[in-house]
Amino acid sequence: METIISKSQVARAVYTAIPKLACDLPADIKAGLIAALEREDNPRGRAVLEQLVENARIAHEDHVPICQDTGTVWVSLEVGSGVLVPADVFADVDDAVARAYNEARLRKSVVHDAILDRVNSGDNTPAFCDIHPVDKLGVARLHVMLKGGGSDNASRVAMLVPGAGMQGIVDELVRCVCEKGANACPPLVVGVGIGSTFDKVAGLAKRALMRPVDEPAADPRVRAVEEELLEAVNATGVGPGGLGGRTTALAVRVATAPCHIAALPLAINMGCSAMRRMTIPLAGYAEGHRAIEGDAR
Amino acid sequence: MNAIDSGAIRLALPLERAALAGLHAGDTCLLTGPLYTLRDAGHVRLMTELEAADGTLPYGLDGQAIFYAGPTPSAAGRPFGAVGPTTASRMDFAAPTLHRAGVVATVGKGRRNPEVRAACIETGSVYFVACGGAAAYLAKCVASSETVAYGDLGTEALRRIEVVDFPVFVGIDVRGNDVYDLI
Repeated sequence: METIISKSQVARAVYTAIPKLACDLPADIKAGLIAALEREDNPRGRAVLEQLVENARIAHEDHVPICQDTGTVWVSLEVGSGVLVPADVFADVDDAVARAYNEARLRKSVVHDAILDRVNSGDNTPAFCDIHPVDKLGVARLHVMLKGGGSDNASRVAMLVPGAGMQGIVDELVRCVCEKGANACPPLVVGVGIGSTFDKVAGLAKRALMRPVDEPAADPRVRAVEEELLEAVNATGVGPGGLGGRTTALAVRVATAPCHIAALPLAINMGCSAMRRMTIPLAGYAEGHRAIEGDAR
Repeated sequence: MNAIDSGAIRLALPLERAALAGLHAGDTCLLTGPLYTLRDAGHVRLMTELEAADGTLPYGLDGQAIFYAGPTPSAAGRPFGAVGPTTASRMDFAAPTLHRAGVVATVGKGRRNPEVRAACIETGSVYFVACGGAAAYLAKCVASSETVAYGDLGTEALRRIEVVDFPVFVGIDVRGNDVYDLI
């Protein structure tokens, strides 16, 4: 039997996810901050981590936003083979976003147009939506992320040359962290896309952020790349808040893809210490299912 | 309560330049008194008004401190559910002019450019760094808020807020030392 994903199903999932994401720090991030605090010996780094851990507690208990930047809403519908999706599947998402942002008293951070009309849209719409096919039979799930502006601004795409290799990737990431990391509210979660094309590589980096920081990559080669990049990022000493310390990033999450013989596309999508994202199973996944397992391409 | 409170320097707002002169990059401070929230779109308007007024600061901003922030609406019985610093470098285009016009301090996150550093030295002003992402925590330090101007900008309006023991680090001191250079 064919599975059909309805627009009301998607809108309902988005509406439910938004206030929870805004006010409840995901468990993997909270645990990561606590672990970082336990090993931090820089006094400013410690002070930042103490504030962030206490902040998460206050937000949860008082039902207030973790961060004043309650973000733009990113919605990615991941569908497997045999799942039918109507072309207007996101038609009700903006209504869900507007209701959720008003009811939960979240900040409205979207302007109508980046250059032609910088007037606030007043309800945090539109959401930024995409559909992502995967090679799995009968499954569908929805990724929802509230993405802050400061961390997105600290992100970049670099079209490296193949000869730059792994060292080129390490160097570009370290440069990005040293130049912009403090603006992105560390400890960071860094999404790294490597491969595909100019337009796709940023999507790889963003989807890579969906995998929890306590869930290693399924592919041991990807795991090794993530470990090398995390070590390099933390060796910068940028630290919590950019004010110095051991933990500049809780994790680096990598997704790789094929690419042109001339290319080594690299995208770095900075995630802040309030990495607010959630994956909601819609079809074919058991309850309690978590997130991407190395199939982010 | 935590490490930032122990040994922190208590400072009353509006800040006296004499008090600022004794601060060093990296010092932890607790601010009490009025702050003015303003960010991107509000700075564009303020700069236009400043130019039209031949460099005289409007809205009583002379001698005051600007907090680069766009809060969420009121919640949990507080003026804001969450309020925290935004990236200060986006306001670097305006900060030197505002310091010369009489703004004595700014509060934000991240590095500033050399022109802002030079303006801090020249005018005896200070850039404070607050903890980005600790906005529910910082909202508990806000006692009141009133919109002063630019209400149509929503979260980007100019607001006068009263803070109590608001935790910050000295980011750039009056000698131009930068906390981000200490790491």
